[in-house]
Amino acid sequence: MDLSKTDVLPTRSKARLSNSNLLFLIAAVIFIVMYVFAVISFPGSFMQFQTFVDFFNLNAPLIIMTLGLCIVMIGGGIDISVGSVCGLVTMACAVLLESHIGNVWGAILLALGIGIAFGLLQGYLIAYLEIQPFIITLAGLFLANGLLTMLHKDPINVTRPDFVALRDFDIVIPFLGTKNRLGVFIPCEIKPGVIVVVVLIVLLAALMKWSRFGRNVYAVGGNSQSAMMLGINVKRTIFFSYVLCGLTAGIAGFVFIMTTGAGNIGNAAGFEMKAIASAIIGGTLLNGGVGNLLGAPIGTLTLLIINELIRAAGVQSNFQAIISGLLLYLFIVLQSVVMSLRDRKKISLALPPWVKLPWFRNKEQSV
Amino acid sequence: MEPENILKMEGISISFPGVKALDNVAFTLRKGEIHALMGENGAGKSTLVKVITGVYEKDTGNITIDGQPIHFKSPQEAQNSGIGTVYQEITLCPNLTVAENMFIGRGHYSFVHWKHMNEKAAQLLDSLGIPASPGQELSSCSLAVQQMIAIARAVDMDCKILILDEPTSSLDEDEVKKLFVLMGELKARGVGIIFITHFLEQVYEITDRITVLRNGKLIGEYETDSLPQIELISKMMGKALEEISEIEKLAPDASGQCVPVFEASALSSDAGVRPFNFTIQKGEVNGFAGLLGSGRSESARAIFAADKVTGGEVRIKGQRVKIRTPLNAMKRGIGYLPEDRKGDGIIAELSVRDNIILALQVLKGFFKPLSQKQAQDFADEYIKKLNIKTPTADTPIKSLSGGNQQKVILARWLLTHPDYLILDEPTRGIDVGTKVEIQKLVLGLASEGMSLTFISSEIDEMTRTCSRLIVMKDREIVGELTGANLTENDVMHVIAQGGI
Repeated sequence: MDLSKTDVLPTRSKARLSNSNLLFLIAAVIFIVMYVFAVISFPGSFMQFQTFVDFFNLNAPLIIMTLGLCIVMIGGGIDISVGSVCGLVTMACAVLLESHIGNVWGAILLALGIGIAFGLLQGYLIAYLEIQPFIITLAGLFLANGLLTMLHKDPINVTRPDFVALRDFDIVIPFLGTKNRLGVFIPCEIKPGVIVVVVLIVLLAALMKWSRFGRNVYAVGGNSQSAMMLGINVKRTIFFSYVLCGLTAGIAGFVFIMTTGAGNIGNAAGFEMKAIASAIIGGTLLNGGVGNLLGAPIGTLTLLIINELIRAAGVQSNFQAIISGLLLYLFIVLQSVVMSLRDRKKISLALPPWVKLPWFRNKEQSV
Repeated sequence: MEPENILKMEGISISFPGVKALDNVAFTLRKGEIHALMGENGAGKSTLVKVITGVYEKDTGNITIDGQPIHFKSPQEAQNSGIGTVYQEITLCPNLTVAENMFIGRGHYSFVHWKHMNEKAAQLLDSLGIPASPGQELSSCSLAVQQMIAIARAVDMDCKILILDEPTSSLDEDEVKKLFVLMGELKARGVGIIFITHFLEQVYEITDRITVLRNGKLIGEYETDSLPQIELISKMMGKALEEISEIEKLAPDASGQCVPVFEASALSSDAGVRPFNFTIQKGEVNGFAGLLGSGRSESARAIFAADKVTGGEVRIKGQRVKIRTPLNAMKRGIGYLPEDRKGDGIIAELSVRDNIILALQVLKGFFKPLSQKQAQDFADEYIKKLNIKTPTADTPIKSLSGGNQQKVILARWLLTHPDYLILDEPTRGIDVGTKVEIQKLVLGLASEGMSLTFISSEIDEMTRTCSRLIVMKDREIVGELTGANLTENDVMHVIAQGGI
């Protein structure tokens, strides 16, 4: 007996939206809706162009970190050390800049060096020794935290003139800006960190879309076994994804101290969780293979706007955390529902294998 | 003149924990030939393929390609040396586009030229008549189309050696024909093709030579024309083929008055089957027949409540009951062996023993664990009873061959002593010998009073085992066949005409 199929697609059907693009679209729509809502609720502040720019000015490190984390997550992994590495970099740079041998270029090199070193170590352990990324990067989190406190316990305010000049440097856009209450025109100011953000978004998004490495990351995240059979060097791909993530954490650290000008034990504390939340809201699936780097800044901004809204509404700060948490639940469930409705599969939470119980993991292997 | 050998393997051995998967196997492939690699499940065919392509590393032996000794450490090395492979399981990435799946990981490039790649992919898809567009995500294609895409990828690689491991299992007749035309063309170009399949007719239709493996050992290498089919089967099984027709079918239970073991009226589920009526008597073997996608599996899943039941009434032994979840069904004495063995059936990491006792343990509840001793006894009993080939009961089930995994799952259900057992495609991807064993087992169980529903895509297998066939088409029951009408021809007739 022949087995004719009933579900053959019509020839050359218009290609439907890919999962990555669909989730990105949802993220973008949510962001716009949130922003419009914010503008309507608090037109005084959100209407101002400076407010929008300040999101970037003040949160450039988080966005940069999220970009790297997105790459790792698309590859099916996770990195929870990014916040601590970023914090360590700020302190290391501060110590270096305040010492007699310090200079700004040296600090940049140190920042990149620390980031890459963590990336190399963690990437090697995860990719080549095949240890769970969650455990390895948890260890990395502790290691970076410990090194941070060992370096210096008290806050260091960097006072070098060349660094202070860089810290206080603003790009002023004279034709964009707002009038204050007295009617005086205040031009818009952009921090140099924002330039770094924009350059990295363009570079990394292009890398993921057009480079061999980027496509390999998607393949590995989609199905690492298949990727291996397709002739992709899976281990190397995973390795480099963590190196990149470490690098972005290092850059984030330098941008952080460039904005605040001080090394502090509390710098970037808890950023790893914010970054993971941002990545998810930005449409990156925790179980890998799906995501769009342009979603990273959108996710971060959505998270920040939600926080700002809650703050502006005069809600207590602990409620902010609760509401952010609930929203994150909502996003994960929403993504899972959308994905399962698409494939007409039973609804299952889109979680990576290392979070699920083995029982459920096996049940879903076939799909 | 001696034909030119493109691939030569000698003395290949490889061991996995507890199993000698290949033992001193030799294999040669000539330029421009199609060479069938035959053997029962677990004979070592797929292992041999994976040794060639560098997925596994051999313990001993030599491999030469074009006279050059080679030693691949990874699939990409093999691929770069001109070996194209289509594996039994579809090894593509579901989240990438069709075109990407055809070209990723091949050749030397640093950046993807999307337009160029999509154009090349479109050409290739057109030339093979694959109904997919280059830009669509692979996960939106049907399994058969995915399989064709995997073949297209391998074919396009301009390889010297093409390995096709069960490429036809999810293809329909037209697609198989297309594939064979393609294989003919490649053969004319001088490509050596290794072809693995369970369909004997296909072997005789297209191959030049046959190599038979059994239990990891080489049985022999034969010219296809000079090896009669019956001899091939006996070589694969290692014994003269037991005439399957000797299986004595049970007379359908004549006493129609007795209360059916299971009775459903207007049952429907969210998987899209039209409401249907269904009964089964004690000791009866019936089956849902129909093409893939006709709703035969969906009906079975509705009975077991594996899909969400949306309507209808269910009676067990005359008593009206509500079955809303598989656990309800299990508690009522219904067992279901799912179609998708890998996805729904086995728990790959667990041992054979744990897989066997799983359903019983669920029924007992997890707070009353079976003792170690009990579990071991049960496992030993069924390993022996069903002749499961496993080194020990502690071996993880994933290292067993497909047929043996299926037996483990069968054992899992038998251990719960169900009154009614549904077997959905229990013989798919299984060798002839095990198929016969399972068919015999089904009839044996029925004679002990168990009711069974047997679903298979091979109609002849169903006509042999079932005393009543419910024929489905387009998710609806279109006919029922019993007694003398129960032949392959009649089934096809009913399907073709959409009713009797």
